Amino acid sequence: MRDVAEPPRPGLWPVTLRAVAFRAGGQTLIDGLDLELAPGALTCVMGPNGAGKSLLVRLIAGLIAPTEGTITYGSAGAPAKNRIAVVFQRPVLLRRSAAANLDHALKTYGMPRAARPGRIAALLSEAGLTAQAGQAARLLSGGEQQRLALVRALAAEPDLLLLDEPAANLDPQATAMLEALIRRASSEGVKVVLVTHDRDQARRMAEEVILLHRGRIAERAPAQAFFENPKSPEARAYLAGRLLL
Amino acid sequence: MQDFWAALAQAFALILGAEAELVEIIGLSLRVSLSAVAIACVIGLPLGAVLAVGRFPGRLALSVLVNALMGLPPVVVGLTVYLVLSASGPLGVLQLLYTPAAMIIAQTILVTPIIAALTRQVIEDLSGEYDEMLRAMGVSRAGMIATLLWDARYSLLTAALAGTGRALAEVGAVLIVGGNINHVTRTMTTAIALETSKGELAMALALGIILVTLSVIVSACVMGLRASAARMAYA
Repeated sequence: MRDVAEPPRPGLWPVTLRAVAFRAGGQTLIDGLDLELAPGALTCVMGPNGAGKSLLVRLIAGLIAPTEGTITYGSAGAPAKNRIAVVFQRPVLLRRSAAANLDHALKTYGMPRAARPGRIAALLSEAGLTAQAGQAARLLSGGEQQRLALVRALAAEPDLLLLDEPAANLDPQATAMLEALIRRASSEGVKVVLVTHDRDQARRMAEEVILLHRGRIAERAPAQAFFENPKSPEARAYLAGRLLL
Repeated sequence: MQDFWAALAQAFALILGAEAELVEIIGLSLRVSLSAVAIACVIGLPLGAVLAVGRFPGRLALSVLVNALMGLPPVVVGLTVYLVLSASGPLGVLQLLYTPAAMIIAQTILVTPIIAALTRQVIEDLSGEYDEMLRAMGVSRAGMIATLLWDARYSLLTAALAGTGRALAEVGAVLIVGGNINHVTRTMTTAIALETSKGELAMALALGIILVTLSVIVSACVMGLRASAARMAYA
């Protein structure tokens, strides 16, 4: 990961969504959304199923284009290479060993061959997977696979890390290990946007919360204010455990 | 019936005795077919991958064409290659007609569409799984193709096997462009056709047994490799 003292590389910030809409199959899934992301607080994006959380991640990552509105990265219309990293709910790992998955990523990110083994060892150690270096990645446990996917994403030394419900299928121990890695990345200067529908995880992790409902931002607030004094009726209903229709 | 058993006994005697003519024919067959499959892989694997993940005008039409070419009649390929390589043809100056090289060309034309079409299918399926992840990592289009080809390597072995089967069993095209010349262009299939027409069933049966055995060995090796790769989660 990058040195904490290292200033953020210019260019990506702020990530700005202006009147962004995404429509598919006759439905409006993201509805005129305005959002600005800047380095700093770990942001949790919450909301019920179908609120548009995963779509928002894909829009910000540039994996899909909005049907309306604009997304800008600093003054650019597309993010520079390797500046945004994404970890999906179900980790997609190559049909190779854990170490070979990292080698592929580092090669993609332009690291010279000679420098890769040392970096791979460091990343595996960070993920607690040193002993699994030579194992087929797809035979690792769910938690191990997700940690591997996370350090693979961090291998790009991104400025913005988008996590789409990375702990959704993990047991508590695996979740704790993953959350520790995420916190560390955040403390080292990576802007983390964590999508979760798990209120407890959001309470543990969030410094800022965005609540999405029907493709719109219902509320955006610092975590403490959100959980202790939610302003919007949607946030109050969501935190009370009521169904958001 | 007695003739059949006698011929079968003679066939085994030829095989066990490693009769020189038999060995020569088998050697040439393998050289021609495996060369054709190797060249077809060099062309067909990237072609199939590009058809699977490439975005360019005419991709669908090219995919349809490649699929259609899988069913190319060998005699038509043989005739076309014959016309191109014959003395009055555009490549007649190369003097390749009735040489193993002409047979390799004909078999390559037959095998390439099979390997390309099967590769397209395999890579398309894998791409559905990998696409978003590779794009999120910023992998270039060429990098995607290389990654997909490597990760599908065990599935692609099946494509190569299908091509090998087609090449080894092929008779029409190699007969036309090779001429079935003794010690020069006689392969297992052309020899079987010739020996059968001459009533020399022992040699024909011996070659047939070898041909079938080779197919079984290649299939077993590929299946074994794929099964172990699946157990290791590499397939």
